[in-house]
Parts: sequence; C-alpha cells; structure tokens
Amino acid sequence: MNAATAAPAAAPHSRPSSRLTGRRVLASEWIKLWSVRSYWMTGALAVIFLIAFGLVAAASYSPASTQNLGSDSVSLALGGMYLVLLTVGVLGVLVTAGEYGTGSIRSTMTAVPRRLPVLWSKAVVTGAVALVLGAVSAVISYAGGEGLLRGGIALPLTASGVLRSLMLAAAAMALIVIMGVGLGSLVRSVGGAIAILAVLLLLLPALADLLPTGLRNDISPYLLGNAANSMFSLHQSAGALNPWAGSGVAAAWTAAALAAAAYRLIRTDV
Amino acid sequence: MIEIRQLVKQYGDKTAVDGLDFTVKPGVVTGFLGPNGAGKSTTMRLIVGLDAPTTGSATVNGRAYASYRAPLREVGALLEARSVHPGRSASSHLRALAATHGIGRRRVQEVIELTGLSSVARQRAGKFSLGMGQRLGIAAALLGDPETLMLDEPVNGLDPEGVLWVRTLLKGLAAEGRTVFVSSHLISEMAQTATNLIVIGRGKLLADTTVNQLTAQDGGQSATVTSSDPARLRQLLAGPAVTVTGAPGSDALRVTGLSARQIGTAAAQAGIAVYELTPQTASLEQAFMDLTGEHVEFRSVHPAGTAGPAERSAA
Repeated sequence: MNAATAAPAAAPHSRPSSRLTGRRVLASEWIKLWSVRSYWMTGALAVIFLIAFGLVAAASYSPASTQNLGSDSVSLALGGMYLVLLTVGVLGVLVTAGEYGTGSIRSTMTAVPRRLPVLWSKAVVTGAVALVLGAVSAVISYAGGEGLLRGGIALPLTASGVLRSLMLAAAAMALIVIMGVGLGSLVRSVGGAIAILAVLLLLLPALADLLPTGLRNDISPYLLGNAANSMFSLHQSAGALNPWAGSGVAAAWTAAALAAAAYRLIRTDV
Repeated sequence: MIEIRQLVKQYGDKTAVDGLDFTVKPGVVTGFLGPNGAGKSTTMRLIVGLDAPTTGSATVNGRAYASYRAPLREVGALLEARSVHPGRSASSHLRALAATHGIGRRRVQEVIELTGLSSVARQRAGKFSLGMGQRLGIAAALLGDPETLMLDEPVNGLDPEGVLWVRTLLKGLAAEGRTVFVSSHLISEMAQTATNLIVIGRGKLLADTTVNQLTAQDGGQSATVTSSDPARLRQLLAGPAVTVTGAPGSDALRVTGLSARQIGTAAAQAGIAVYELTPQTASLEQAFMDLTGEHVEFRSVHPAGTAGPAERSAA
C-alpha cells in the first residue's frame, strides 16, 4: 500500500492493483497462443493428423494384411502419433523460438523482466492445450475407428488399458509440446530447435536400431521417441518400457530441456 | 529518475558501453545523443534488464528495473520498433502485454486511440509501415502509464505530423513530472524536444549538458567582423581568452571569446570603421560535430568496421 500513497501527483490515472503476477503472465501467454494464426493452425494440424490417421487405419484394416501384423485397436487409432508428436513439438518451438525470431521477446521480457515466469507459463499453457486437445482427439479417433473396424480386433473404450493408452497419448503430446517450448527457448532458433526435436524423436530411435542387440536393448527404450511411444502402447513390444516407466523417462527428457532453457534464460542476455 | 553508475557492457572483446555515468532527471525531456553505434540502444537495454551489465549499475528510481512488482508501471520502453510478432494484431499484442500486469481493456483502448492506431488495431502488425510500428511501440510504452518513459529513436520513420505529435507528447509527459529519456542520432530533432542532453560516443560519456549550454559553449561568444583596419583591430582585441583569425588578403576577422557588442565598442573607440559585424550562433549541429568529431575522425582513419578484426589479428 506504500506504492499507492507514495504515488506522485503526476499519475493522472487511477492505479488499481495492477502488478505483475504469475497468474497474469499465464493469462498473457494464453492470449498470445490464440492470437497468432500459425500457432493454432499447427495445433489444429496435430488434431487432424491424429483423427485422420486413426480413421484411415481402422477403415483399411484387414486381418490378412501383413502390414497389420501385430496391430491392435489402440495402435491403429494412434497410428499417426509420430507425426502428431512432431507437429505439437513444432508448436512448442514456435511459441518460444518464434519470439526470438520476430523480436517480440524484447516486449515480453521487458514486461516480465524476471523472465522465468514466461517460460513456465508457456509450458503450462501449451501443455494444457495439448493435453485437452490430445485427449479429445484420441477418443474421437478410437471411437470413430471402432465403427469401421472389421476382423474382430475391436475393443470397447472401457476395455482394460484402452482408456489409459488414449490418455497417455494425450500426456505424451503435452510432454512433447513442452519439450518444444524448452528447446525453442534454449536454442532461440525455430529451425535449429525443430532439427533437434526431429533428431530426438525420430532419428535417434532409428539409429539405435542399428546398434548391436545387447547395447540396443540397454539404450533404445530410454530414447525420447521410444519412451514416448511406450506410453500409449496397449501391448508392449519386446524390450520396451511399460507405460508408466515410459511416462517417467519422457518426462525426464522434457524436464531436462526445460531446465536447460531456464538456465540459459536467466544467465544470458535476451 | 534513471541513474547510470560506472556502467560497462562488453560483448566478447567489444566494449559497447564504457564506464558511463549520468543521471536522467524527472520533469524534463532528456535527449540521448550519439552517432550510430555509440552504445545508446545497449544502454537502454541495460536499463530494462534485457542485457546484464558487465560491471556498474543502471537503476530506475533507486532500484533495478527487474526488482519492481509492476515493471510496466515504472518504465515504459520503446526499444526497437520491431519488438512485435508480425502475425499478431496490434490490439492483441497490447492486450497480451497489458494482461501481465492486469491492466484492463479500457487502458488498451486508450493507448490505441492516443497513438492514432484505432483504424488498424485489428490488422496484423507485420503489415504495418515503419511509422505505424513506431506508434505501436509508443502505445506499448504508455500502457502502464509509467513514471519513466524511455524511447529509442521514436521519430524514426514517422511522417512530419507524427514527429510533431511525438514532440508534443514527450514534452507533455515531462511537464507532468515524469522522467523522459529519448535517444536520437539527430541533434536537430533533440534541439526541438529536449532540455537536457547526454552525449555519448564509442560507449563513453562526451557531455552531460543542456541544449542551451551546448549552443552557448560553442557559438555564443564569437563573431565575424569586417573593418577598415583589420591589423590594428586584431591587436586591439587580443587577450588571453580571445582568439582572432583572419584569411590573408581579406578584411574579415573571426573573433572567438568576445561578443559582437564588445567588438563594435572597441572598434568605435579606436576610430576603426566597421563595415560588417555578424555574431555567430553556431548551430547545435556544429557543437555536436565538435563533440563527437574525435570519434568520426577515428572512424575515417580506420575504414568502418575494421577496429574489431584489426585488434583480433594483432592478438
């Protein structure tokens, strides 16, 4: 209240309790997420990929096809997840690295000179949006696919493990969008951050397959792409982590990226 | 009040700000002058904490900018015009900034109207002209109704009407008792807006003065005189604080250190006919050039941009 009484006569406007708070930074980042077309279009793209891939996979499923060997109703519904994860990761990158590319980071960090609340808010806002959109679209993809499936592998949504897989797919999307937020803030370049994201999600798991079996079994399950994948698999492939361990490993990757981003954010000039 | 104390900022082996020390007082417009690359923008970035000083400090009303609970209420800054996401509309940009401090939509609307952006507020900022971008930057700076305004080259790209508007706005804000700190590389612009002047070159403080002093210093006490007997007049006027120069074969003398009135009186007493007597009010521009001349000379000896690499190759 000192500030109010000490306010100089110069201030012509009343000054309600307009100070900086974490909740307000969150509100600001919410506005920012929805006010740039490329942001929400990237989000919409992820939703479309998830649902479209699921429905197409269900409609074209045939038990006789070798392509569908080992498929279950969940893996069909979530068949587009690699692409979906890459897309939400790009969204995360755009939200942070995009600010450096356009210069809007100067406005942002002048308004929030402590800086870290901006990073946390971006993580929370994008993570929450990815979680909700992911959960809804995963259920739509699964339920929609159910009606199209032939060949007796259809399972009701209430069957053991189905809902868990769908919800953890949404959680994976949330973790990867936050991963993108962290990488974008860390390297401050949209191109660079997307490249790193693609390496972590797609390239490293593929390269690990080339390793000698023993070494591969020790390393491969813990790579980001594979850990995320094991989160939403109804039946684990040999050597993969169980869904909860996979969640833990993916969360650790995300936390590491976010921590590195936070370190750079407070230590270096904007 | 902005206080800069022994401020140093180095980027690698390049020193952008080199021991600056000055105070920007409230109630008047203070111009921040220097050639391009003198360190003006860096100093402003240091004030709002976008960059951290290597040594020294920059405080606003006695505290570091980042330590305030409502920073936008304290300092409104226009740093570079392009500090906006080009895909976001002007009003969304302002709304997002306002939201960090819980500043309401009414204030957002107010600054949009104040800066004349009403008709384009819903357009994407990327489509804005440089002048409109400046207006948006100024709108953002005014959002928190801050005690201190800090604007980096605000009239860049503005049309004459806009320039006049900024001038009036800044003077008005200063008259309300606020601290107004405005950078420019154009002395003529500052002459019409600022009262106090901070002049820097190569990151160093060259002058902490006022517009009036700077003009007086250089040209207030000088005149050209054409007379019937320049040789005798030269002797008459000679004194410790006086310099008299004249071109051979010309009746004209240039006298510094005496006013036109003193010269005229001296000539009359000695019975020398004066044909022409012109007091020299050296332009502020000349004064500025004199102040920063060293800097410019230095640059012309070493062609632009070679100072850095030269140092490196020597090392």
